[in-house]
Amino acid sequence: MDTLDVLIQATGLRKSFGTLEAVRGIDLSVARGQVLGFLGPNGAGKSTTMRMLTGFLQPDAGTVKIAGVDLATDPLGAKRNFGYLPEGAPAYSEMRVEDFLAFSARARGYRGADVARRVNLAVARVHLEPCRGQRIETLSKGYKRRTGIAQALLHDPPVLILDEPTDGLDPNQKFEVRQLVRDLGKDRAIILSTHILEEVEAVCTRAVIINRGRMVFDGTPKELDARVPAGVAHNRLDHIFRTLTAVNSKERA
Amino acid sequence: MSKARDRSSNQDGAPVVPFAAQNNFGPPPTPSAFARTMSVFRREFAAYFATPVAAVFIVMFVAIAALLSFQMAGLYTRGQADLRSFFQWQPWLGMFFMPALGMRLWSDERRSGSIELLMTLPLTTRDMVLGKFLAAWAFACVALLLTTPLWITIAWLGEPDHGVILAGYIASAMLFATLLSVSVCLSACTRNSVVAFVLSVAACFILLLTGFAIVQDFFAQWSSKWVIESVASMSAMTHFNGLTRGVFDARDVLYPISVVFALLWVNVLLLDWRGSK
Repeated sequence: MDTLDVLIQATGLRKSFGTLEAVRGIDLSVARGQVLGFLGPNGAGKSTTMRMLTGFLQPDAGTVKIAGVDLATDPLGAKRNFGYLPEGAPAYSEMRVEDFLAFSARARGYRGADVARRVNLAVARVHLEPCRGQRIETLSKGYKRRTGIAQALLHDPPVLILDEPTDGLDPNQKFEVRQLVRDLGKDRAIILSTHILEEVEAVCTRAVIINRGRMVFDGTPKELDARVPAGVAHNRLDHIFRTLTAVNSKERA
Repeated sequence: MSKARDRSSNQDGAPVVPFAAQNNFGPPPTPSAFARTMSVFRREFAAYFATPVAAVFIVMFVAIAALLSFQMAGLYTRGQADLRSFFQWQPWLGMFFMPALGMRLWSDERRSGSIELLMTLPLTTRDMVLGKFLAAWAFACVALLLTTPLWITIAWLGEPDHGVILAGYIASAMLFATLLSVSVCLSACTRNSVVAFVLSVAACFILLLTGFAIVQDFFAQWSSKWVIESVASMSAMTHFNGLTRGVFDARDVLYPISVVFALLWVNVLLLDWRGSK
């Protein structure tokens, strides 16, 4: 792997909340062209890890580099290089879609006509045209999620971090978002968290499974599939997921 | 359809470059601290007007301010052309109205989760705190400006000392800044804006109250003179009264400025501390 093209580099990430060790040493490097599916049961530490990758939470230990920029020493520089869709796609509900995107553009330093251009691009990219003048609180779940994605890719960042981008969408919307991610992933580094296993097969070039704050699998979706014991015909990925994230997982412990 | 649109141009006539053609990831803009602060300011200021908050706030503020000065303090019946009866109510109005402006600034962000979005934008905590505070203060100043018809009325009826009235307005704006900084800071401590409001009113009340005789008498019973004086000098009320009398004392100006800066700094620390918790 070309070291120059490692766009997300996390080493030794740890985070505790009180006595709960949410993340217990995670190393991750994602290169340009990779779409990494971040899997794990609820409470495994997926969101906590993503929050540390984006600087929303400070890790107790470990470092994060985004496109080579250290998040701890140059937070602004690192933050300019990624787009982030937080869990549940939060937004300012009283704002109109285009005003919200324009705020994001201005906060990122775009001025004048550039703001409108960036907003138009992002709106077109996720097909938000029908509701660009609508208040976010009146949007359907699918459009709200798309607004969040538009905000994340508005500045065309080399790194995208998407926390459950297809959660709560209908099958058509899921298909669309997956296609978008696949498309974007060709020349970016993308991490997306999910607990839908087919999603990994559909869009990811790499799968990482974490359980109780530790990584228990890192490989291609094919390698994941290869681990399924012979004789399991149905829900093959579910089977291996359950095996890997069983309470007493001994892997890499 | 969108492809066809991408290749054409947008409303401004600027050519739209398709996303796929922009893979060189040109250097992202690096805005100045001022530009970053103003982006937050702009959003927050507009947010007041996106809901009925702005209209309700301004109408109620102006109406109550006028009512209190006419009915309770007899602006006309005193027979003097000044706005003292108007300004004497400002601390008590501010005690309720400033927490109403400041209460949602951080608590709403935390409740809705949008704080995660804000904190992961390329902005510093200082940009966000300053932008939010300035937006709320600018809004308070707009409400204050809308009471100037009172000034015009007085000027028309008599010959007031305009310098004193101007000083009164400046003192009110500074008092509001002080009370707002209390409320913005407390808003960062909770995700419930009602809790933030109640805590802020209580804190503002204490900040005002220490300037009153009743509190000073309490201290006078057992402490020395300099304790009483320092307690009084902690009060926003003492400094506000000083300024409204039209007597310029540097301490009365330095007080609100230093309280505001100290509390905004605490606000930054509070938010940074939450991120590391």
